[in-house]
Amino acid sequence: MTAEPAASPEPPHAVPATHDEPHHAPGDVGALFERARDGDRRALGRLLTYTERGGSAADAVAVSALPLAGGAHVVGITGAPGVGKSTLTDRLAQVATEDGWRVAILAVDPSSPLTGGAILGDRVRMSSAAAPGGPFVRSMASRGQSGGLALAALAAVRLLDATGHDLVIVETVGIGQVEVDIARTADTTIVAVSPGWGDAVQANKAGLLEMADIFVVNKADRAGASDARRDLEYMLDLGHRDGWRPPVALTVATTGDGADELFKHVQDHRHHLRNSSAGADRRARHVAEEVRRHLHRWVDELVEHPPEQAAALFAQVAAGQVAPAAAARQLAGELGELGELGGESREAAGDDTEV
Amino acid sequence: MSDPAGGAAGPDAERDPQHTQPVRVVLAKLGLDGHDRGLKVVARMLRDAGLEVIYLGLRQTAESILLAVEQEDADVIGLSIHNGGHLTLAPRMVRAVRAAGLDTPVVVGGIVPELDLERLQTAGVFAVLGPGASATEVAHTVRAAAAGHP
Repeated sequence: MTAEPAASPEPPHAVPATHDEPHHAPGDVGALFERARDGDRRALGRLLTYTERGGSAADAVAVSALPLAGGAHVVGITGAPGVGKSTLTDRLAQVATEDGWRVAILAVDPSSPLTGGAILGDRVRMSSAAAPGGPFVRSMASRGQSGGLALAALAAVRLLDATGHDLVIVETVGIGQVEVDIARTADTTIVAVSPGWGDAVQANKAGLLEMADIFVVNKADRAGASDARRDLEYMLDLGHRDGWRPPVALTVATTGDGADELFKHVQDHRHHLRNSSAGADRRARHVAEEVRRHLHRWVDELVEHPPEQAAALFAQVAAGQVAPAAAARQLAGELGELGELGGESREAAGDDTEV
Repeated sequence: MSDPAGGAAGPDAERDPQHTQPVRVVLAKLGLDGHDRGLKVVARMLRDAGLEVIYLGLRQTAESILLAVEQEDADVIGLSIHNGGHLTLAPRMVRAVRAAGLDTPVVVGGIVPELDLERLQTAGVFAVLGPGASATEVAHTVRAAAAGHP
């Protein structure tokens, strides 16, 4: 009962090198996109890989997806680990599917900052994912890119939108700023808590809660559920935004109790966005936010991998010859000239940062 | 994972997928087999080796695993078998993969008598990892499987 010497360089059953679909060929994006729109899961899976990897293939996917996106309603679900986000997502997807919606789920989990690896375990809780006619489910690891995750997730959502899904649910753990950002750039943001998570004071100080369009108290069969709801309602009594008072739903995701009510809240919020200026306002904010993130990412890259001039400037700052703020101003002015920035980015950087 | 290619050339520079992209592996148990402790350990080993593990867990079917492989665009299938059904289950998985027109390699882990190794190889299983396999060996085998799947 020993292990086979599988580590040998020539495995006995190595897969032949010829493939119908080369794993890393970006040239086939157009054909893949057509197939994905026709419901081909494998084509969509491959396009999502391109999107996640970035580079020219991701750009090609984005160009295909952009004109066709905009039809889907995007729901972000976030909350602390263990409150039941995955199970809740699964239930919401089930109810929506039964109602005739085509559903896609993007489940984002953190990568290990030490090794870059990740355990993406959301599918374990998503029994509907394995059912025929169930939602399209994709797991995404954060991969530790500076600001890149939010951008990759946005691009993935747009791809799922453009390939004919009516409802795209993005699930993230509400512990990091990036994860919170992803959830916030949805049309409808659901924040899930569980009984005993905190009291009214916590409700007021936690920034996570301010972005909720819908609250869910999951595990509502446990003690303290009505207290949690009451605390959230107290907080909401003190004020809310955009002419929408977030409802507080009680759910038991493991049994499905309350999932119908939750889906109704999602639909109500969608109608609210469509029938008021709130929807257009929100989309405009999201676009500005996305551009800002691209810009931010360029700056991060510049600082992490400074070209010679910038490196020299950093040295001057370290030596006390130049103030940090002055160095930043100088770099901002020169951003277009430094590094290998593309034409569009150069313009954007220049416009935004000229001092 | 660090991104050596993304240096001064900017974040949108072309990356070498073979070297900078994490291997994605689907881990599952097929059929009625409740022993998932080993699979959880393997998941952790692979994560710590820098791979992305899509964990499906217990009571999967060949169809549900295949569905996950397609949606997740996985490079490798890791099948854990501890119920003695490897001669039925593993070839079934390989057949399902091939029938779908895919060539995703299947790596089996668990209790497999030495006597059966050859039959699994003949059935198209990429490799079998037994109880003595080290974390390094597990990660190496999965990476080798992924490399055979360009």
